[in-house]
Amino acid sequence: MNPLSLWSPLGPDAFAAARAAIPARERPAVLREIARELRVNVVRTIAAAGIGHVGGDFSVADILATLFFGVLRLDPLNPQWPGRDRLILSKGHCAASLYSALAMRGFIPREALGSFAKPLSALNGHPNRRKVPGVEANTGPLGHGFPLGVGCAVAARLAGADWRTFVVTGDGELHEGSNWEAAMAAGHRGLSNLTVVVDRNRLQQGARTEDTNRLEPLADKWRAFGWDVFEIDGHDHAALYDTFTTPPTAKPRCVIARTIKGKGVSFMEDRVEWHHKVPNPEQVEKALAELAA
Amino acid sequence: MSATTEEKFDCRVAFAEELSALARADRRIVAVCNDSVGSSNLVGFAKEFPDRLVNVGIAEQNMVGVAAGLANGGFIPFVSCAGPFLTARALEQIKADVAYSNYHVVLCGQSPGMSYGELGPTHHSIEDFAWLRALDNMTVLAPADPYQTRAALRWAAGTDRPVYMRIGRHKVPAVTPEGHAFVVGEADELRAGNDIAIIAAGTLVSAALQAAELLAGRGVAARVLNMATIAPLDEAAVLRAARETGRIVTAEEAVVHGGLGSAVAEVVVRHRPVPMRMLGVTHFAPTGKTGFLLDHFGLNAEGIVRAAQELMG
Repeated sequence: MNPLSLWSPLGPDAFAAARAAIPARERPAVLREIARELRVNVVRTIAAAGIGHVGGDFSVADILATLFFGVLRLDPLNPQWPGRDRLILSKGHCAASLYSALAMRGFIPREALGSFAKPLSALNGHPNRRKVPGVEANTGPLGHGFPLGVGCAVAARLAGADWRTFVVTGDGELHEGSNWEAAMAAGHRGLSNLTVVVDRNRLQQGARTEDTNRLEPLADKWRAFGWDVFEIDGHDHAALYDTFTTPPTAKPRCVIARTIKGKGVSFMEDRVEWHHKVPNPEQVEKALAELAA
Repeated sequence: MSATTEEKFDCRVAFAEELSALARADRRIVAVCNDSVGSSNLVGFAKEFPDRLVNVGIAEQNMVGVAAGLANGGFIPFVSCAGPFLTARALEQIKADVAYSNYHVVLCGQSPGMSYGELGPTHHSIEDFAWLRALDNMTVLAPADPYQTRAALRWAAGTDRPVYMRIGRHKVPAVTPEGHAFVVGEADELRAGNDIAIIAAGTLVSAALQAAELLAGRGVAARVLNMATIAPLDEAAVLRAARETGRIVTAEEAVVHGGLGSAVAEVVVRHRPVPMRMLGVTHFAPTGKTGFLLDHFGLNAEGIVRAAQELMG
């Protein structure tokens, strides 16, 4: 049992205290355990619902675990707290991983995960901020979260507030032109309170990104738009934590997190079909066994 | 104000003055635009509130997303952009980031309808009523004169929901009489009459009043409703008109497919079917100035009279 995942709401101060009590050398192991638990919840949630995007949920799991449990200032007791950090999951199809993180952090009851995608559930296949506390934007169509995150960062700056904005995008999603409008605007404005995390799993729904519409040299593109770029292993919790908590410069920050789609379950890893394939009961057992190991 | 005054107004002037006044009173109000500082008459706002004008450049998708983010961060963004690029280029952002997310963003479609005249159909914003009124949570306004423009802006600043409003460029006379208030969601009856009803919006309201005058000379008493709220529609006023006059002409500077006329028809066909004529833009416009194009589509007093006479038999 990790000391942070209490499945009950902790306000920002209590959570910060619990977080601070963990020695730095033990932090990666704690975050790894949280990410493991998050993946277990994703498998169960998707299996019960019969729909989902498990491949992308697994590639982003360590990013979300690190953000929600290591970095973000949030208040599940007051989800609309104006001073909260903003986490915008632009790849809204990975809602199951977001819901799992929100449940583990105490925004929604853990039982709610069982209602994912069921008739009239608040937990739609894509997140709805009007129904789910902790959701900042109704994402789903790709290329929407990043411009919205730029607006959040501009708002914080206008208000003279110190909260930060994190946008998590897919990599295939970067084909959408709206992202580059947002990248240009954030670079121009030097939005140092904005971090974009690219879940660089190199697979989109139908094929590899580089075979479909080449993204590389991706880091150069961001640098050319006026961003600080960090290229790291998106499953390395220490690297994720260190990058997210590095003091800001005068530029916005892009974290290209090299990930593996389906990470954590051998038969799903780097397989394009697991973009939105739903595991059968036998595969669920196998996946849970691998995640327990 | 009087319907007979000869003076005509560009509603962008009222927009600029009122937005600055609102911004003086409420620090949360910010303007968001796409390089449209001049054409949106935001020069004064930019001078007075340089930090509160977010100009994202020529990037409408980002502009609407940024506005939703500003709303998330506690501000009240007024997005000011030429209507065609705001509503067409950024329609998915308007749908997902504003309407579905239900963020308090005020979308101001500048120079709507065919007010860009000979710049052509790429620059005409005639589909906005149809597109925007199809979106849940969205209030769609078409102020008919400077008074209504100011009132609409004040209302929009005080609501907590998404709003789209047209800001007219084509000069119009003041049509709102002394003592009439603009209540969002309610039609303004500008002229009583029980022989036929003319329901108009925006630039066509003054034409509807002229048509009613011409019809009166022929012994026909026409009721004129200024329907400045396209959505949600004042169904009660529409049904009263259907019941009490038995005939309805609608007139709008917008496509006939899906606009105000369609909205009125959707109501009467369910509850009180009456014969209707729907005047609007029927195809991509040819080359010409705004006045020429309005005449081309019969969007003038004579066109309304003709439609009314067809209904009178």
